[in-house]
Amino acid sequence: MTSPGRPSRLGEVPVTQTLRNGAWRVVELITTPVVPSDYLDVIAPLRNPNVLRARVEAVHRETANAVTLELRPGRGWRPHQPGQYVRLGVDVDGIRLWRSYSVSSPAGQPSGRISVTVNAVRDGLVSSYLLANARRGMIVNLDLPAGDFVLPAERPAKSLFVTAGSGITPVMGILRSAVHELPDVVVVHSARTSEDVVFGADLRALAAAGRITLIERHTGADGRLKPAELAELVPDLFERETWACGPGEMLDALADHWSEAGAAERLHVERFRPTVLVAGDGGSVTFERSGARVEAPAGVSILDAGEAAGQLMPSGCRMGICFKCVLPMREGIVRDMRDGQITTAVEGDNVLIQTCVSAAAGPCHLDA
Amino acid sequence: MTTLQRQENNPIAHLTAEDIEAIGRELDAIRDEVIAVRGERDAAYIRRVIKVQRSLEIGSRAVLLFSLFPPAWLVGTAGLSVAKILENMEIGHNILHGQYDFMRDPKIHSTTWEWDMATPAEQWQHSHNQIHHKYTNVVGKDNDLGYGIMRVDENQRWHPFFLAQPLWNFINALFFEYGIAAYDLELGRNLQTKKRRSNPVFRKNLKAVGRKIGKQALKDYVIHPALSGPSFLHTMAANFTANVIRNVWSHSVIMCGHFPNGVSTFERTSIKGETRGEWYLRQMLGSANISGSKLMHIMTGNLSHQIEHHLFPDLPASRYAEVAVKVRALFEKYDLPYVTGPLPKQVASAWAKVIRLSLPNRKPTAAPDPSIPPRRPVAEPVTA
Ligand code: FES
Repeated sequence: MTSPGRPSRLGEVPVTQTLRNGAWRVVELITTPVVPSDYLDVIAPLRNPNVLRARVEAVHRETANAVTLELRPGRGWRPHQPGQYVRLGVDVDGIRLWRSYSVSSPAGQPSGRISVTVNAVRDGLVSSYLLANARRGMIVNLDLPAGDFVLPAERPAKSLFVTAGSGITPVMGILRSAVHELPDVVVVHSARTSEDVVFGADLRALAAAGRITLIERHTGADGRLKPAELAELVPDLFERETWACGPGEMLDALADHWSEAGAAERLHVERFRPTVLVAGDGGSVTFERSGARVEAPAGVSILDAGEAAGQLMPSGCRMGICFKCVLPMREGIVRDMRDGQITTAVEGDNVLIQTCVSAAAGPCHLDA
Repeated sequence: MTTLQRQENNPIAHLTAEDIEAIGRELDAIRDEVIAVRGERDAAYIRRVIKVQRSLEIGSRAVLLFSLFPPAWLVGTAGLSVAKILENMEIGHNILHGQYDFMRDPKIHSTTWEWDMATPAEQWQHSHNQIHHKYTNVVGKDNDLGYGIMRVDENQRWHPFFLAQPLWNFINALFFEYGIAAYDLELGRNLQTKKRRSNPVFRKNLKAVGRKIGKQALKDYVIHPALSGPSFLHTMAANFTANVIRNVWSHSVIMCGHFPNGVSTFERTSIKGETRGEWYLRQMLGSANISGSKLMHIMTGNLSHQIEHHLFPDLPASRYAEVAVKVRALFEKYDLPYVTGPLPKQVASAWAKVIRLSLPNRKPTAAPDPSIPPRRPVAEPVTA
């Protein structure tokens, strides 16, 4: 890893900084061709300012299916706003996989810690791995907090949160941080059974203290909540600023309902992207920078398909041995034509794929 | 060695085209088995080697701060030599092959790794991964055969210049990393004409090499010696020695990969329309292993399993030992020569060839045997 170039405008910076930069240069020379942090990483992985990591400080089991990880972010962290999510990079069977999790702890903890609650989803590699293997002391990779599922600076007089399943996690973060600033809060939460309610105890305690009005719905017994039923449960529905988080169909239904009522701007939704992609044969490949797009059938490499469509592409051996042709896949699913292995990428990922031996197995977006 | 096509006893005469494709399928199956289990263990392995290497390097450099004292000099130099060998062979070479790209760790990745070597990783990847591994042992295409400065085949025309090739080879061994840098730059070719000299790509690469060498030299011959104060000269000498030891070691290991007796080279025309099976076969006949202990394999970056490496250059190197069992069985099944031997024997064999070919020889069988390896008439593919 080459050291990042440092600007050296002597004379424009204070002497101490010049000295520091100079000393740093010497340190970089000592460790060339790698950077000093590569050595430091061996003993202090959280100190690296260029690679954000976190240490798992504690693991609490929430339900049979969910755990909360208390994380201490390393250098380079920026505090989150309640409702935001972070991406965690976890090595599962030697492969680093990234997933987004909402921060469920209140903002601005004096300890600097944050917590995320991971609900194991079916076929979810990362969530099931964390459920089974997360331990105190484990190091995970981290991205800065992101997302706009947050409260406005001016807190609404009346608010409503509609959540289902693990959709409660960002809302829990919001409630823990700001419930005292929200005068009138209704939470409508669906889960399969009473035991499956993540943060059930916390929510019920808030309700018992009169901080929120909690409406629990147990879909195992009562079936799915329909938007039309909401009006019965919450009579002043459209007067409330509403935040919703849960499965895609639920959010779609809510969005329709709100826009039919002409209240679309009062509804804020947070979608968890489905991460389970199913491999098919061939697919359309989009080269995001050039804007080129090509239908790539199964059995034809993305390199050949792209070139045939006039896309400029890096290449070398064209047989999978030189790695000259790798391009970042932002989103999509490909199949290695040699061994049939499937590689997927979801938004936010940048999985490097060898285009000369990869065929599309669904729609793919490449960063090229 | 004569190219396969002109050998009197053709080692693959007994194979049919179907056999060759079957070999290809069996090798693909061996590869699939490794891919299916590749994961945690491989990631942990490379991380551990990196950790050991970095600790060893720091430790040795710390000891060298006191290299004024002979025992410290000896210990530090030995440790640093081992650290540099590990860094180049088991870590750098293998990561730059993309063997650990599957981990998706941007820190341990073929696109970001830089190594303790005069040649910048990217240039080496071009000449090594892209050219050498694709055109293995094809005379005139694979410059690794003789690095463009040696005569490596009886069919190459002799010239008095080659009389000195044992000397060149020896000097190349001592300063191997610079030899490789010059080689990756194609210095011989690119310095020839003014037009080539001013080619912007060449100039850019030249600059990159210059910068890299500058930094490397500054580190080993100025900064670290300066840190050791009164031991300045001793540390400098220690670093120089460690570099030379690393150079001679890697040169020897690499010579054993394709030079020893029993390894085949190929005519340029033989790769027209080559199938996957034929490509595999060329790797099988064109590479040689070194036998030895586990430590030996680690110190060679598992290039002691050159045959397996050439068949599967992107599989984690620490898997080659287990793969070798199956590969060897395949060689036996198809009655093919699996060239291997202990290091001294292989090194001697390679050197003997360098010396033998420095002298003129009787021209071997004149006409090439067009049937080796069997291939269909296909137009020559356009190569970049
Ligand atoms: S072009 Fe060489 S690996 Fe794809």
